[in-house]
Amino acid sequence: MNDQSITYREALKTAISEAMRSDERVFLMGEDVGNYGGCYAVSKGLSDEFGADRVIDTPLSESGFVGAGIGAAMGGMRPIVEVMTVNFSLLALDQIVNNAATLRHMSGNQIGIPLVIRMATGAGKQLAAQHSHSLENWYAHVPGIKVLVPSTVADARYMLAMALADPDPVILFEHVMLYNESAAIPAPKDCPDMHQAVVRKSGNDISLITYGGSLSKTLEAAKELDSHGISAEVIDLRCLRPLDTHTLYQSVEKTHRVLVVDEGWRTGSLAAEICALIAEDCFWSLDAPPSRICSKEVPIPYPQHLERAATPQVAQVVEAAMKLLNREVPA
Amino acid sequence: MNTDNNKVHMDIAHLKLLFKKMLRIRRFEEKCAELYTQEKIRGFLHLYIGEEAVAVGVMQALSTNDAVFATYREHGHALARGLSMNKVMAEMFGKVTGSSRGRGGSMHIFDVEKRFYGGNAIVAGALPLAVGLALANKMQKKQDVVVCFFGEGAVAEGEFHESLNLAQLWQLPILFVCENNGYAMGTALAISESEQHIFRKAQSYGLKAQAVDGMNVVEVESAATQYCISIKNGDGPCLLECNTYRFRGHSMFDTQLYRESEEIEEWKSKGPIIKLRRWLEANGKLDPAELKTIEDQVEDEINQSVEFAQSSEVENVSDLCFGVYAESKN
Repeated sequence: MNDQSITYREALKTAISEAMRSDERVFLMGEDVGNYGGCYAVSKGLSDEFGADRVIDTPLSESGFVGAGIGAAMGGMRPIVEVMTVNFSLLALDQIVNNAATLRHMSGNQIGIPLVIRMATGAGKQLAAQHSHSLENWYAHVPGIKVLVPSTVADARYMLAMALADPDPVILFEHVMLYNESAAIPAPKDCPDMHQAVVRKSGNDISLITYGGSLSKTLEAAKELDSHGISAEVIDLRCLRPLDTHTLYQSVEKTHRVLVVDEGWRTGSLAAEICALIAEDCFWSLDAPPSRICSKEVPIPYPQHLERAATPQVAQVVEAAMKLLNREVPA
Repeated sequence: MNTDNNKVHMDIAHLKLLFKKMLRIRRFEEKCAELYTQEKIRGFLHLYIGEEAVAVGVMQALSTNDAVFATYREHGHALARGLSMNKVMAEMFGKVTGSSRGRGGSMHIFDVEKRFYGGNAIVAGALPLAVGLALANKMQKKQDVVVCFFGEGAVAEGEFHESLNLAQLWQLPILFVCENNGYAMGTALAISESEQHIFRKAQSYGLKAQAVDGMNVVEVESAATQYCISIKNGDGPCLLECNTYRFRGHSMFDTQLYRESEEIEEWKSKGPIIKLRRWLEANGKLDPAELKTIEDQVEDEINQSVEFAQSSEVENVSDLCFGVYAESKN
């Protein structure tokens, strides 16, 4: 860490305040974003600078205020709507799936919804089964919306501006374990376009594909694999819809093996989609079946040891990768 | 119509205009029902027949820049708002010349130029959108009103309550219009709501609200006009409950087991079009020749719209995905 390091949380706040300063159409709305400073303290202090008219505390009406964000976007504004967690966003699923995602196509391309919805996701804070789930792939399933997952401090800093510049609804997932992460911020020009997957570590023996809160675990696993003489490539998806298949396929064609690390449940997971795509499109490049590490099929439990057992961990990634390479797993 | 000291004055020419507008919707939908049986129009078809006074009366109160959100029973609203009948009929046929390029059909008529925002088939789903558009208007210091139509079935949804609360809390320029036709599909209001006066629910949130005879176009127009003046003055949102009745089934599939034919006949006798026609005739303001002229004009326009829709092209399959995203070409 150097002097220029900031946290993921601060990066998000900087991005929001920069957007609000440069564009008066941008405003922030959600539960406890104002006086409380945001459930995860992302918007702390913003209401002092921008006032209650642009940092709007809403009642606990997810469907109402997410829908109002969609309507405000129709009316020429550029709303950022914060939903506390993906679990609560299910109360607004109707507005997101039936309105935000459909209006452009259903109206014959007359209406665009330039809206950004931010929400926390994921496990790790012992918040049990109604605050810890990873439902990113539910949204990634739906045509008409875009799904971004900033998994680094740099992406937290720069992805929001790209999302706000997009003419269509974008959902931004912030993994709860990332808010306290800190790093130095590169220049904006060094942040790739939001639609691009990024190779976070290059390697030749296996492609480890991941996103969000699993990125740091996967990088750690790659490091450990290095110590066993295995060169793993780590790809951060960044954008779950639309998927940057080009970057994935390029990697798989080089390494011939793929392991997807995804905190979502295995059944019907994003990992399943990626494995299927690779099996369909890169079959003749593969030396082993596409494989995946996902969360166990269980509501995320409260106790720490069970929460860990339910979600992907470094050791599992290492073991699965070694098996795919027919290497003996160290005891 | 002009308003003087908030009192509404209407002359005979205006009443005839209202009559023609309602008749135009009625005949259009009768034609749609016929075309449905011929399988020219498919999917769901929800007819507004019997409720025309609500859309026509409320639309009279609006200016060009005001915005409208409606439900899946919105042919009448689209026509009353001034959408071209050709585009509406072509939409029913699923043709590319339709108001939504044929993608929406009967339930999803959009015309942003007319500030007509659909055509929403999720009950109460448009209320939060209307609140948001009104919020945008307020933030941009625009005086324009947003009008949101919905049925009384929508008041059982959480989105109704969330939206009324937000609108009043934020003092938004929005007029909620509840078209209370007594039945949410086949569920009577009496077996679904503990408080059956919808306007009272709105009053409990602090909105200015009242119920009017939704079969009386003059009463609807007067009330909507007064509310729009109040909203434009910055006096906050209002709700107008229009008590009305749908003469046909919920959709074309409805066998109407849930109500008696006597009830339907009773409401038909006090229908908005027959009532205004009788009044005009009784006062010597509408003779048979003029009535025939109006009927002929309406029929001509409808026939032309059917001709337009029939002869229009469907969208190319290669354009299936156009408009999923702004950058989607096909």
